[in-house]
Amino acid sequence: MSTWSQLSFQDSASPLMEELIMFHDHAMLVLTLVTTLVGYIILTMFSNKFIDRFLLEGHLIEVIWTVIPAFLLIFIALPSLHLLYLLDEYDNPSLTIKSMGHQWYWSYEYSDFLDIEFDSYMIPSKDLEDNQFRLIEVDNRMIVPMNTYVRILVSSTDVIHSWTVPALSVKADAIPGRLNQLTFLVNRPGLFFGQCSEICGANHSFMPIVVESISMNSFLNWINNFE
Amino acid sequence: MSEVQQLSTAPFDPRFPNQNQTRHCYSSYVDYHRCIRKKGEDYPACEYFRKAYRSLCPNSWIEKWNDQMEAGTFPGKI
Repeated sequence: MSTWSQLSFQDSASPLMEELIMFHDHAMLVLTLVTTLVGYIILTMFSNKFIDRFLLEGHLIEVIWTVIPAFLLIFIALPSLHLLYLLDEYDNPSLTIKSMGHQWYWSYEYSDFLDIEFDSYMIPSKDLEDNQFRLIEVDNRMIVPMNTYVRILVSSTDVIHSWTVPALSVKADAIPGRLNQLTFLVNRPGLFFGQCSEICGANHSFMPIVVESISMNSFLNWINNFE
Repeated sequence: MSEVQQLSTAPFDPRFPNQNQTRHCYSSYVDYHRCIRKKGEDYPACEYFRKAYRSLCPNSWIEKWNDQMEAGTFPGKI
């Protein structure tokens, strides 16, 4: 989850988020190098008294500052496209969970086997235990088995909401009358937090998402003993 | 109710390769009802569609469509 004065990403919990973070770092590295180089050149140009007699024509430098940026762009574009198609790849999932947005809570439906359906409300600040986080904890978490491909179908019953979990690199708008598919694989157990990301009314800020990742055995145990 | 031992869900369908899965749910629902109309409730192959639409469609949609089926106002061709 996000913590105070955090500048970068949350710790990743899925292989795709890992890839996204690596791509971000790669792009930032290129950006830093370019900014440093260009900044250095600008500064040295201003702080010397040289007069360039080739000021109006210099084929060599023109070729250099055209070819190098072209290669730089290729080095950014190729990993970016690779990642774009990776994110779009839907493996055969083992579990489908439907996540419905309501004003103002999420409800989850697991109907692959038994019909499990529950609402997930934020815990109000006055009911919090000492070890819980304010405005982000919910009463019923969405439980998923780890190391399993999970398909989430996001939809809504009233206005547009948006279901997101940054640690798993997923986000999709919940639109009434439409099912948006997301797939992810969680590679470690834990709690992963997210918040509604589409302004949906007065309590938009108070409908968080909590994904709890547990082992497959515990998951089966949970389904079989639900209510 | 029997114990769930292993997970299984509606598989990837090449007719619906997109993020938008609305038609996937709807077609499965319609296919199931066509299937049981033609082959009867107990025909085992219809199970595939039933499982698919149960997994994919939100419960509120299924409820609404079932009511429409009963009232004879379901807009799809069954």
